[in-house]
Amino acid sequence: MSLNASLQSRFRQALLDPETAVPPEVTSWNGSDPAQRFAVYRNNVTVSLIEALGATFPTVKAMVGEDFFRDMARVYLRAHPPSSPMMVRFGESFPDFLAGFAPVATLAYLPDLARLEAARRRAFHAADAASLSPEDFASLDPAALPGLVVTLHPSLQVFSARHAAVSLWAAHQGQGALEAVDPHVPEEALILRPIYEVDIVPLPLGGASFFDDLRAGYPLGEAATRLAPEAAAHLPLLINTLVQSGVTISYAIQKDTGP
Amino acid sequence: MTVPRHLSSFGAEGFGAGRFPPELPARAGIGFKPQHFDELIAQAHRIGFIEVHAENYMGDGGLPLARLSALRERFPLSLHGVGLSIGGEAPLNEEHLARLARLVERFAPQSFSEHLAWSTHDDAYLNDLLPVAYDAPTLARVVEHVDRVQSRLKRQMLLENPSTYVAFRQSSYDEIDFIREVARRSGCGLLLDVNNVMVSATNHGRNPFQYIKDFPVELVKEIHLGGYAEAQDSLGARLLIDAHDSAVAEDVWPLYRATLARTGPVATLIEWDNDVPDFAVLATEAARAEAEMRAIASGAAA
Repeated sequence: MSLNASLQSRFRQALLDPETAVPPEVTSWNGSDPAQRFAVYRNNVTVSLIEALGATFPTVKAMVGEDFFRDMARVYLRAHPPSSPMMVRFGESFPDFLAGFAPVATLAYLPDLARLEAARRRAFHAADAASLSPEDFASLDPAALPGLVVTLHPSLQVFSARHAAVSLWAAHQGQGALEAVDPHVPEEALILRPIYEVDIVPLPLGGASFFDDLRAGYPLGEAATRLAPEAAAHLPLLINTLVQSGVTISYAIQKDTGP
Repeated sequence: MTVPRHLSSFGAEGFGAGRFPPELPARAGIGFKPQHFDELIAQAHRIGFIEVHAENYMGDGGLPLARLSALRERFPLSLHGVGLSIGGEAPLNEEHLARLARLVERFAPQSFSEHLAWSTHDDAYLNDLLPVAYDAPTLARVVEHVDRVQSRLKRQMLLENPSTYVAFRQSSYDEIDFIREVARRSGCGLLLDVNNVMVSATNHGRNPFQYIKDFPVELVKEIHLGGYAEAQDSLGARLLIDAHDSAVAEDVWPLYRATLARTGPVATLIEWDNDVPDFAVLATEAARAEAEMRAIASGAAA
């Protein structure tokens, strides 16, 4: 760090990197060691950020254990301190960090699990909107269904992972045995917050791109034809999810459904 | 979840505006914690106002904002910022200020306050209230930032005295003179954190009662009380940590009493942010602060 750097630049550097000397302007009234007093700030910053990260990624923390998580979080926060006072965004880059963090390379599912927890947080803080209930679809003419164009809930996170992050997360909440989960199986889900609680709705494989298509404005009929062959059989289930899960907030019927 | 569905339809509000006076009442309030929501609603009479950290309510929707809407119907509100970095070397984060302005507009709080501290530098937000040097360049910058906040929010803000663990060689102002000068130039009000007075006075070898005696109490519109933790510096001197993780320390109550003797009864917050206790414990602390206020009021009348 340049000697010309401002006091706060050097203060900041020394907070995040214990190898950096405390700025020489820092002093104490009684001649006691300024570095030892400075350590209070260093500790406040580090501990509060580790706690914030642990609160956002409780399942990742449970998977690796408290001590390991703390050490890993310390490495992360030094490289990626929060970029904004919006602490509800701190850790958005944590999944990517995990994907490149050698000590957890054997836990290949960990980045996907972190992505799921980050998506849950985004859903929790997303904008409010009133979901349609199944009755709201009751008057629809089945013949018009191919032209159905939907608006999906603003909290919706379409989740698709190469590992069984959904099952692992569920097992950690006490839904199913952890040992029974094969982590190396791809999984997809809708993550959304119809009212206040975040729901995770598992999807058959191929379902994620179906909901991506609907959100992009494809009419139902066209989205159905775009389904991967192995997912086509699940169309009734996907439509059921569209109607039952609260993911839809409004719809319109597009008359011309041709390409 | 404990918020009924209909609460999500609460919009903005200006609510409370007719029901509560525009300033915080001379009562004790508590920092709102989500786990206390139900009891707080059921025992609203025990609590004079609530305070929340603005940054926890800057999401787009969901439970936190719905709860705050419901609470706003029942309590005067103190909105307390922790992320503006008013003491920072860089200009204020205008995006953050805009988020704050939206919150102020929606919830019409009785008070908005922030800290004499910095937390952001070179685009890193450090999630702590860091100390500033009390010198002329810092003073000019803090005044400029307070000005900007007040003109953006179109209201007076309260500036809080900090708890600090180190001092700076270049400081040329006494902390109280620095704060008084910021208030004089910017027109801001002051939030006097009495626990911070105990922490900083102890950490810098000063007499906390003298601090209260010298403080410009006529500008104080809110008081904070909280618990500190205790350590030692390298010479074995007491080093108090502003931990907000315990009851108000017994030696802070006499300091509060000395403060009230100068200010008269004034809105007083019990701050307890870590190892948060049951609601009943907070309500008891609040009642103790109100008893101190009543004693001062009756003493003054006698």
